[in-house]
Amino acid sequence: MNEVKDPYNLIITGVGGQGNVLSSQLIGQTLVNKGFFVTIGETYGASQRGGAVMSHIRISKKKQQSPLIPRNKSDVVVALEPVESLRVLAAYGNPEVVVLVNTRPIYPVDVTAEKEIYPKMEDIKKALDELSGQVYYIDATEKAMQMGSPILSNMIMIGALLELELIPLSTANFIETLAARFDQKGLEVNVSALEEGRKAIQLAGHG
Amino acid sequence: MSIISLNEPDKELLLMGNEAMARGALEAGVSVAAAYPGTPSSEIIASLAEAAEDMGIYVEWSVNEKVALEVAAAASFSGLRAICAMKQNGLNVASDFLLNLNLIGTQAGLLLVVCDDPSSHSSSNEQDSRLFSKMADLPLLEPATFQEAKEMVKWAFTLSESIENVCMMRGVTRISHARGNVILGELPRRKARPYFNKEKQRVTHPVNQKHPLLHESLDRLREIFNGSPFNQYAGPEKAELIIMTCGSGWLYAQEAVELTGLDDMVGILKIGTTWPLPEKLILEYLKRTEKVLFVEEVDPFLEGNVKELAADFMRQIGPKTFFGKKSHHIPFFGEMNSDRVVDALTQIFDMEYTFATPAYEASAKKAEMMVPNRVLGFCPGCPHRASLWSIKSALELDDREGFVTGDIGCYALARNTAGYELSKTSGAMGTGTGLASGFGKLSRFGFSQPIISLCGDSTFFHAALPALTNAHFNNSNFIMVILDNSATAMTGFQPHPGVGINAMGETVLPVEIEGVCQALEAKVEVTDPFDLEGTRQKLLDMLEGPGGAKVLIMRRKCALLRLKEEKPPYRMHIDAELCLGKDCGCNRFCTRTFKCPGLIVDQETGKAKIDEVICVGCGLCAEICPTGAIVREETA
Repeated sequence: MNEVKDPYNLIITGVGGQGNVLSSQLIGQTLVNKGFFVTIGETYGASQRGGAVMSHIRISKKKQQSPLIPRNKSDVVVALEPVESLRVLAAYGNPEVVVLVNTRPIYPVDVTAEKEIYPKMEDIKKALDELSGQVYYIDATEKAMQMGSPILSNMIMIGALLELELIPLSTANFIETLAARFDQKGLEVNVSALEEGRKAIQLAGHG
Repeated sequence: MSIISLNEPDKELLLMGNEAMARGALEAGVSVAAAYPGTPSSEIIASLAEAAEDMGIYVEWSVNEKVALEVAAAASFSGLRAICAMKQNGLNVASDFLLNLNLIGTQAGLLLVVCDDPSSHSSSNEQDSRLFSKMADLPLLEPATFQEAKEMVKWAFTLSESIENVCMMRGVTRISHARGNVILGELPRRKARPYFNKEKQRVTHPVNQKHPLLHESLDRLREIFNGSPFNQYAGPEKAELIIMTCGSGWLYAQEAVELTGLDDMVGILKIGTTWPLPEKLILEYLKRTEKVLFVEEVDPFLEGNVKELAADFMRQIGPKTFFGKKSHHIPFFGEMNSDRVVDALTQIFDMEYTFATPAYEASAKKAEMMVPNRVLGFCPGCPHRASLWSIKSALELDDREGFVTGDIGCYALARNTAGYELSKTSGAMGTGTGLASGFGKLSRFGFSQPIISLCGDSTFFHAALPALTNAHFNNSNFIMVILDNSATAMTGFQPHPGVGINAMGETVLPVEIEGVCQALEAKVEVTDPFDLEGTRQKLLDMLEGPGGAKVLIMRRKCALLRLKEEKPPYRMHIDAELCLGKDCGCNRFCTRTFKCPGLIVDQETGKAKIDEVICVGCGLCAEICPTGAIVREETA
């Protein structure tokens, strides 16, 4: 594992209902078990209702960090939905940030009502190139649906994140936390989703 | 086993601020906890409810915040430690009792936690509840970290007992709803036995004696607070500037000083006991610097109080320059973050600080423009969408410029496009019915617009019932629609009196909403909102019918709860032959007007499409498509 910047700033973003809050909590608990200070700032008051959701996860060996990442100071962004990656980078991005993007859009109602436009994937990719150091695209929702449920896309994305060894956390550490949380069946499904993510990152194109 | 009742002292956990507070209460040996749910406070009592059985404590969801405080006070009067929690708006409801309870006094420790919501992430306002502590002459603590949230709660009970009065604590969204490291302490084993001493009357009188006593206890508190470890300074001995901060502001202030590299010049005085102020301590630090910056969330509470103190001791401390909200170095609204403190510091020290290069900023701006707005909407399968759809069609057919008075809950979204912008008013809990009761009396002046008020099932018990009673008593004319989804859905599905189960998990006889309304002799009908035609017809009949307050209960369980209990009833698809896309005269009725997020437009064919990731198979949209192109197949 690389020497980790302190504090290390991870953002998990997506749309309400994608499992964002649980994901950040599981990552956070695993890091606390490893002796880190972790602060998570979550925006989820209205998250069940189709809103944009963002969790700031701040990792430090030294001390408890504030719950919100300063402007332009994210180190890695996991986006469970494509345009949400742009929303986050516009405020917290920088030329070094690493971004993992689930490619499946969830359309806001203003888009389906044709009051607003959802950008084309190629335009999203172009913008992401300008705003980050490295981007990985993962068809997490498609893989999750093949596995039986779209909700697994968050575990696929975490599997991909862990494989990149950016945060001081191994897949094995993370599975220990899952084991304490889920029953045997739930654990197996989640572990195989992590594995899908691990495989996906090796194939994912990045720019 | 609930996470907060884990009996493993010294274990380190990642806890939400609210869970940390709940744990602190358990470590302090709390016996009774009561609240009405409200974001961002709900998890304090929710996690105590989960621990209730393990810990042998009593926890309740009360019908409103005032009753919750009364329940907690009864425990305190009987010698049992009690905690009561609420959101900022809730304190307004409870304040009537609070401003008497302060004179009455308490016996066993009584902690009132109020969680404010700066930036109003999940609230109708961003009021600063701290002003109530000053108004009520009660001590106020503000935790700055998650660990401190737990420790302060523990201490608050002792403090409350030492002054025999309520201790207040203020949480904010970024403490209550954020997560961080918490090291567990010991859990006590023995509980006190309750006994109410009849020798001592618990009343406010004689006020002329009790009010001065309150002020004496403030003097005692100042002394205690001067030595409190929750107040601490870090920084140079003689500072160019001292940041005085409290609550969430502390971590942001530290980060901003690090980011700007001003560590050698700027010190930070963190105040955990914000009312009454630890005056000696603050004066000591005021002497050490000429400049002070205040960092706190919402109102300039600390700022104003410190300035008042500085005015009293001007000769001893010398002239100062104060920066904060009043000087516009810190914005007057919205939550705090380190960037805001960085901005203030760079202005005061007249220094350069770049967040990003201009080129990066330009790309970021461009990206921001591309990102579509994500307005909040009702969940797929939500009964409120159907209810509001029927109200919308009924009011259009009625054609007398009728309108809706809205209320607090998920259905507050009735003011947005998701709810067809039907709600034209919204205020406090129960305000929809109260306003309707007023509008319904204006006919003598020639007012002829029909009124439909909205109210949730939990809101009905909380605050709408007196308004409905008022309407009956004064013979006001309107339709009260009760959107009964069998839960306090907005705040996390807490049960309420209509549900038949309480916070302790006991089965209780549900209070039947229709029975209560009938007892008021209101005309009551019940409908399933998914029966669009039947619901609309009932509304039309009520709109035409004779006067008085009429109640229509639209009853269907919250879709999120339903999904936990049963499989989706239908699999939905679009019959591509029947959907005419944009050539259809419907003008894309399903996506443009009905607006369930499960319905999208296929970019290639231009026809409607079901987003199978979103759709929960409720089947309702099949009824609204004029060509019958939306098809539901029953799931096995």
